[in-house]
Amino acid sequence: MSKFKKKTGGGTPAISTASLPDIVFMLLFFFMVSTVMREVTLKVENTKPMATEIKKLERKSLVTYVYVGKPKAAYIPQVGSEPRVQLNDAFARLNEIQNFVITEREAINEAERPLMTVSIKADEDVKMGLITDIKQELRKAEALKINYSTRKGEVFED
Amino acid sequence: MAKRALPEINAGSMADIAFLLLIFFLVTTTMDVDSGINRKLPPWTPPEELPETPPVRKKNIFTVLVNSRNQLLVEDDYMDIKDVRAAAKKFLNNNGDGSCDYCQGGDRNPNSSDNPGKAIISLQNDRGTSYKMYIAVQNELAAAYNELREELAQRKYGKSFDELKDSEQDEIKEAYPQKISEAEPVSLG
Repeated sequence: MSKFKKKTGGGTPAISTASLPDIVFMLLFFFMVSTVMREVTLKVENTKPMATEIKKLERKSLVTYVYVGKPKAAYIPQVGSEPRVQLNDAFARLNEIQNFVITEREAINEAERPLMTVSIKADEDVKMGLITDIKQELRKAEALKINYSTRKGEVFED
Repeated sequence: MAKRALPEINAGSMADIAFLLLIFFLVTTTMDVDSGINRKLPPWTPPEELPETPPVRKKNIFTVLVNSRNQLLVEDDYMDIKDVRAAAKKFLNNNGDGSCDYCQGGDRNPNSSDNPGKAIISLQNDRGTSYKMYIAVQNELAAAYNELREELAQRKYGKSFDELKDSEQDEIKEAYPQKISEAEPVSLG
């Protein structure tokens, strides 16, 4: 009688799936940590222009966003089709920008206030007249660090 | 009362729940990093309090005008956007008074800029210029500066500008200071 018995029965043994939840949880935590929830719902068209000489925006908590563009189709009956400014979740008039920026700055801790950046996310079809008016408002509100939000890509279409 | 062993909870469905959450986060995740062109605005001064600006010689100013039809006028000449970068580089690197010892290949044209420290790029656009065109011009001008800085970094340290130490970067930024002046828009037609 041999000590080494041939294993009885063919077929592969079932692979243990006990560690599957662990792997899934690992992935889950990765995505939970890296997820940035959209904090505003865009009410304006926003196709950002292309640029190559771009810098990353760091310290998200110090960045304030100003959206500019034509209102989306659903809002055209109320606000018309002319490009508008959107601050947080609502359309805003130009003279509201100053107050908005000042409130946002108050929310930042005092030592970091000079580092506050205003990111202008404007649609590429917007005319410069509106952008310039926004810039003047930002100057009045002493928010001098700005960033023109762009996509990475070649500037020339052809 | 006798202690009874707790029956073990079946954890077989935990993976399913975790998968559900995982798929939710997968779908909602946007991995885009915000990026763009950084600029600094001049502080606000009411028009009546504008200080006297020291005169700048006309040859040290590189004027770029953009009209409402997105056409470019550079140094009084019509120009295509594709040529702006080269023209700006040529202007910045001109080295008219010979004081710039790192400007390689400067034309020494007496009618162009004296040295990179004095050279100013003046950008003026119409209220009707499209934002896309404005960004394109800003991008090209920034690219001109960046290319010059990159070339200097390569010559001086044999490394790319991004790989240099902060002090070395500052030194090179000092050599080619970015001076882009934006005039308030007018109606250029």
